Amino acid sequence: MTEVMRRTRLWRRFRRRPMPMAGLVLVIAFVLLALAGPLVTGDPAAQDYMATLAPPSGAHPMGTDDLGRDALARIAHGAQVSLQAGVLSTLLAMAIGIPIGLVAGFYRRWLDPIVMRLVDVTLAFPFLVFAVGLAAIIGPSLKGVVLALGFAQLPAVIRITRGEVLAVREMDYVAAAIADGAGDGHIIFRYVLPNCASPLIVQATVAIPAAIIGESTLSFLGLGVQPPTPSWGVMLTTAQQYLSDAPWLAIWPGLMIALATLGFNLLGDGLRDVLDPRSAR
Amino acid sequence: MLWFILRRCGSAVIVLFLSSVLIFLGIRALPGDPATVMAGQEASPAAIEAIRHEFGLDKPLPAQYVDYVVQTVTGNFGRSTQDQLPVIDILAERIPVTLELSALAMLVAIIVGVGAGIVAAVRRGRFADYVATGFGLAGLSVPHFWLGLLGILLFAVTWQVLPASGYVPFTEDPGQNLQRMILPALVLGTGFAAILMRQTRSAMLGALSADYVRTARSKGLPEVKVVGAHALRNSLTTVVTVLGLQLGALISGAVVTEQIFVIPGFGKLTVDAVLTRNYPVIQAVVLVTVVGYVVVNLLVDIAYAFLNPRIRLSGGGHD
Amino acid sequence: MSLLEITDLRVGFRTEDGLVQAVRDISLTLDEGEILALCGESGCGKSVTAMSVPRLLPPDTTELSGSIKLDGRELTTLPESELRRVRGKTVSVVFQEPMTSLNPSFTVGYQIAEVLRRHEGLSRQGAAKRAEELLELVGIPAPGRRMKEYPHQLSGGMRQRVMIAIAVACSPRVLIADEPTTALDVTIQAGVLDVFRDLRDRLGTAIILITHDLGVVADIADRAVVMYAGRAVEQAPVAQLFAEPRHPYTLGLMKALPSAAVNGRLAEIPGMVPSPMSDPDECAFHDRCPRAQDDCRLSRPPLERQADRHLAACFHPGGGK
Repeated sequence: MTEVMRRTRLWRRFRRRPMPMAGLVLVIAFVLLALAGPLVTGDPAAQDYMATLAPPSGAHPMGTDDLGRDALARIAHGAQVSLQAGVLSTLLAMAIGIPIGLVAGFYRRWLDPIVMRLVDVTLAFPFLVFAVGLAAIIGPSLKGVVLALGFAQLPAVIRITRGEVLAVREMDYVAAAIADGAGDGHIIFRYVLPNCASPLIVQATVAIPAAIIGESTLSFLGLGVQPPTPSWGVMLTTAQQYLSDAPWLAIWPGLMIALATLGFNLLGDGLRDVLDPRSAR
Repeated sequence: MLWFILRRCGSAVIVLFLSSVLIFLGIRALPGDPATVMAGQEASPAAIEAIRHEFGLDKPLPAQYVDYVVQTVTGNFGRSTQDQLPVIDILAERIPVTLELSALAMLVAIIVGVGAGIVAAVRRGRFADYVATGFGLAGLSVPHFWLGLLGILLFAVTWQVLPASGYVPFTEDPGQNLQRMILPALVLGTGFAAILMRQTRSAMLGALSADYVRTARSKGLPEVKVVGAHALRNSLTTVVTVLGLQLGALISGAVVTEQIFVIPGFGKLTVDAVLTRNYPVIQAVVLVTVVGYVVVNLLVDIAYAFLNPRIRLSGGGHD
Repeated sequence: MSLLEITDLRVGFRTEDGLVQAVRDISLTLDEGEILALCGESGCGKSVTAMSVPRLLPPDTTELSGSIKLDGRELTTLPESELRRVRGKTVSVVFQEPMTSLNPSFTVGYQIAEVLRRHEGLSRQGAAKRAEELLELVGIPAPGRRMKEYPHQLSGGMRQRVMIAIAVACSPRVLIADEPTTALDVTIQAGVLDVFRDLRDRLGTAIILITHDLGVVADIADRAVVMYAGRAVEQAPVAQLFAEPRHPYTLGLMKALPSAAVNGRLAEIPGMVPSPMSDPDECAFHDRCPRAQDDCRLSRPPLERQADRHLAACFHPGGGK
């Protein structure tokens, strides 16, 4: 079966399921909002003193905050921050984690036990405490958020890559290639990395929504993105102060986080079913 | 069994050692000279020098590390820069609050999550499964702190049936205490209930299609026994593992939940300490988290061994 | 009246790709004390046929029609609650996979005692005592010690004997044994078959033996049904079947017998089993059959009487007079 045929068949299996398709739509909508939204909506910092804490209206479809800033514009810009946090932290984790996983898998005798022990230790470590420590050292910022979130994903990426290395090396044709004297580089690029693609894509669909929630949580606590940058978490901090006067301020950002996260989760569940039949149930 | 526990304890000690070194180095990596930071901004050079000497900061690093370990083990975490209270006293006051919150949240999560997971697996593809799976996805996608805000909005602002925030010690007034803890515990527990539900469901689906469940059916056992004894018993190891893996997330969740509901627990202490750059407290908080995390993980490993006769009887490892 | 009568049984499984028809119009009878072998390649429908009797097939994806009567009582329409009184008591099963068919979390003794407490109303102690006797009966040394052990501490052969002990605990009238010897060493195989024979002789238990190993069939069975692609293609008393096989597929199986040591795989018959999704009106075996002629492609040969108690579904049967 050719690769193209395999892809077409996977896509057909994927398309038949309503939930992953709904997830895909949500994810695309979220990405569009982040990329194109800020161009359409107005300035997120523009203050309208005549309309502070105004309920949703024609001029401000989502209402305004305590400084009279348009909530819709801030939502659109906040999507950009969320997307950045999600994608950058995942890329960071992959950029560091894949090489470590490869090395651990290839040099089993030396590095593997040490790396895996560290991975086990960090796998369940309270990410927020790590983020707190980082914020204490480098100060609260988007950079700190991305670093903390990227680091939190690292163990999973290392584990997946290493697992694929071990699995691929067991395959007959790879064992034959090794016996023929194929170099490690050849094995890695020809066999290992292509096999890592599917589980790592599935992992990304878990990591990105976790990072979106992580960013908004840290920003909400004041440990992440700092005002006046519009982040959904920062918006909710404001909303908490005006909960009884302007409840809509608490609804929109939270709903956006939930929908974006839900989209990735649905997409991830669907991809897992299609790409990884072992775990499909 | 004993061998297994000993091995786990051994690796726990190694983790603690590594973590303490990391934290120690982390403190040294803090921006600015620690003596200056601890002395406060208005301190004179002489006072800074005095602190430097008092804390042994003029010694070489390994010696400083030994000092640090000795102090930590004897419970001497220094004084909070905010109110000059001993950090150990602050911890003693805050930790029980968070333990209560976490325990209540876990209770919610286990009852709702494991229960819904079993029902979803047994009624796979039916209405109850869709409801439970939908709840699982929603619970996974909604951030804790937003759920908390919504909870306050509904129960405290709109319906006014529960207080929005605050804390009353259990020893002072148990009724008031529970009334104020119920919303935070529900909020914190929901996310974990979702995760537990998903894991329980998939473990139960695996168990229900296992050969030994078919054997149990072929014996003519009632379905309650097939599901409740044969399938569930084998899924419990997964559930316990998931519980262990979620401990870190539970601590993180408690931090956020306490912040929203203004509960003076360990989590609120953590955030406040970072926001006020209260380094002695930050250092203690991180260390306590690591120790707590390692100890609970050890307990989870031991519980896992008890549930799995393969490990209990042979003393082998996880894999 | 026979103990068990299966008439026009059809079993299909709903899958994402459509209905997979595993069993097509099977009719057979089983007398008290009889050992009936169901033979054929993997996927021919022999296990599904047998598992239909205690209805141990996934209920939400199985489509079953036809009639299964045990002692004159219709089982296909029996409510689950009634059926649970039949399972393990009147009809019991020894499964194929001894490694995975026992629950890893319970002791061997518990798993045997469980069925006794369910059907025989024995107390905990009574059931444990009887379970120990059963372990001794199936030839497990030091049964008292084994009682307290977990499945992973036992070898494959021992686990299979534990499975048999569970199955025979309540002296069933019908015992279904699904490839009971496949996973075992040859020396242990004979012992397991002895347990079955002994059970039949002492209690008159009827046994349905599912196997692809014709050696086992010759050794123990009274009568055999050969299945191919969900249908019975030949049915005869064992001696007669081996003396005068009529269907070319049966013949193929027998020719493959000497080399059947290689996992019982029948590489010697060329070609592939037809898809269980479609069912054209033709002999399902025709593209693999050395005797195939044009008529085999035009209609399906019915299962016809070839000799006394000997049926075969072939337009060009061999042997006979």
